[in-house]
Amino acid sequence: MVVSPNQNNEPMQRHRSSLSRNLDAAFVWLTGGFASLIAFLLIAIAIRVGVDASPAIAKFGLGFLFESRWDPVKDIYSAFPQIYGTIVSSFLALLLAVPVGIGVAIFLSEDFIPEKIQRPVIFLVELLAAIPSVVYGLWGIFVLIPVLRDMGKGVHQSLGWLPFFSTSPSGPGMYVAGIILAIMILPIITAISRDALVAVPIELRQAAYGLGATRWETIFKIILPAAFSGVIGGIMLALGRAMGETMAVTMVIGNANKASISLFDQGSTVSSLLANQFAEASGLQVSSLMYAAIVLFVLTLVVNILAQVVVQRVNRI
Amino acid sequence: MNSTPFSTPEDSSSQGLINRLKRQPSSPRTLFNSVMTIIVFVCAAIAIVPLVAVLWYVLEKGGSRLSLDLFTQLPPPPNTVGGGFGNAFIGTLMTVGIGSAIAIPCGILAAIFLSEFAAGTRLASWIGFLTNVLSGVPSIVVGVFAYSLVVLTTGSFSAIAGGFALAVLMLPIIVRTATESLALVPQEARQAAVGLGATRFQTVARVVLPAALPPILTGVMLAVARASGETAPLIFTALFNNFWPKGVSEPIATLSVLVFNFATTPYKNQQELAAAGSLILVLMVTIASIGSRLIVKRK
Repeated sequence: MVVSPNQNNEPMQRHRSSLSRNLDAAFVWLTGGFASLIAFLLIAIAIRVGVDASPAIAKFGLGFLFESRWDPVKDIYSAFPQIYGTIVSSFLALLLAVPVGIGVAIFLSEDFIPEKIQRPVIFLVELLAAIPSVVYGLWGIFVLIPVLRDMGKGVHQSLGWLPFFSTSPSGPGMYVAGIILAIMILPIITAISRDALVAVPIELRQAAYGLGATRWETIFKIILPAAFSGVIGGIMLALGRAMGETMAVTMVIGNANKASISLFDQGSTVSSLLANQFAEASGLQVSSLMYAAIVLFVLTLVVNILAQVVVQRVNRI
Repeated sequence: MNSTPFSTPEDSSSQGLINRLKRQPSSPRTLFNSVMTIIVFVCAAIAIVPLVAVLWYVLEKGGSRLSLDLFTQLPPPPNTVGGGFGNAFIGTLMTVGIGSAIAIPCGILAAIFLSEFAAGTRLASWIGFLTNVLSGVPSIVVGVFAYSLVVLTTGSFSAIAGGFALAVLMLPIIVRTATESLALVPQEARQAAVGLGATRFQTVARVVLPAALPPILTGVMLAVARASGETAPLIFTALFNNFWPKGVSEPIATLSVLVFNFATTPYKNQQELAAAGSLILVLMVTIASIGSRLIVKRK
């Protein structure tokens, strides 16, 4: 007679106890709760800051965006120069960083240099992104401004008839902020554009070479168009970063409450206004600063959401 | 004559055919090609120059001021000899510690949900989208949020307010990297665990999480590195303090805010201290980047 191994044992327990099952379900719910925390955080930021800004929103309305008066003594506030400065400094940064950033991305995605050298260069570019903003600011004050001031004086003397160069550079100013922002967003543009370029199917490249195209004809006519939306997504993410960047800009822009067409003039951005005034502000001034923060939040939110949509569409292809 | 139809009387051999197929260095197409190659090499050089310049400046200026006193003494008054930023260094460790204590558990639990229990669902892709949007919120706006939520509620600037702001900045980085890390664990590991009768909690805690730990650690280190250099969200949450920290509920000095404050003073000794502080910040960030790279490589 064959004895089955389980015959003498206790009957196998087939079901978990309800406690064990409930605990397991509770764990799933717990993780779900933390995941929804992220959505909750975004809404909480908008609501908290919006509620605190409401006295200023009620008092100054949309005029806050278009007038240039920041007067803590009379308690009248508006932030046109800062909004102007935010937009001008970040577009100046894009103007400088986009060509170089895409160039570096092409350099690091093609086989110009052996992979053994390529990897350290990629690491260095990533390190450029990791250096804290305040360190760039320190370097900007003590190295970049003295260098740029002399160069800027030359430009002002020869090209001063152009409105962009119409004032003599005095040290800090919009142009320094644009250049330091360009340095800081370069790694973002490079990293995301490189991902997009590497993702282009190798068959497209082979077909172009097979038809007799040179390397650069292949890059310009095949690879860049195929990677176009990824590159655009990277540029928009960089724009979002540049608009919100605070410390380096605050340290080199001069923090003057004016919107000047000349890039050599001093200016300020929404974030530099917040960094300079928030700790000592009170009453309606805090509320107005919150209003400015909401404007910055909405600006970066729109840019970031558009960038995400573009990048996600690329990933789906 | 036994020549191919392509050949001319001068080069009747096949060698001549190959020669004519070669690119002429002076033809416009080849010239354009060479010029563009030179341009991208110049671009790469332009990108590296600021990095080298920043690192060189920080090493030269900060290195000369480097000593043990930096970590044991308090910030000096203007135009005096000596002093350090011991309180700010501890303050950075405290605020980043508070931020990590909040963000690491929250982030990893959220990632477990996204990767293990909701993978592929519309909910997961929405939360993934919002995570990316949250990571794009400017750090100064996060500072304003922390000011409104913590400083206004408790009535004082504090290490907790600073740590909370840092946690909000670290959270999306940790969620994103941890979700990607968990997704890399082979499906077979989960199936084997479930086949052995493990509950969902046991599968995650005993099998999936240990397997994904090295890349998760990488993400955590990147988040900690970013947080330790953050300044904007701290200047009006943690504020600053010239003395040793006494607790988490009062204003506290941090290294990054010290660099900002001292870089903008006209006093030489404080500017030097700012450079030394920058060097410490850059070292922390570099060590974290290299360390996280090594973790992944070992795996």
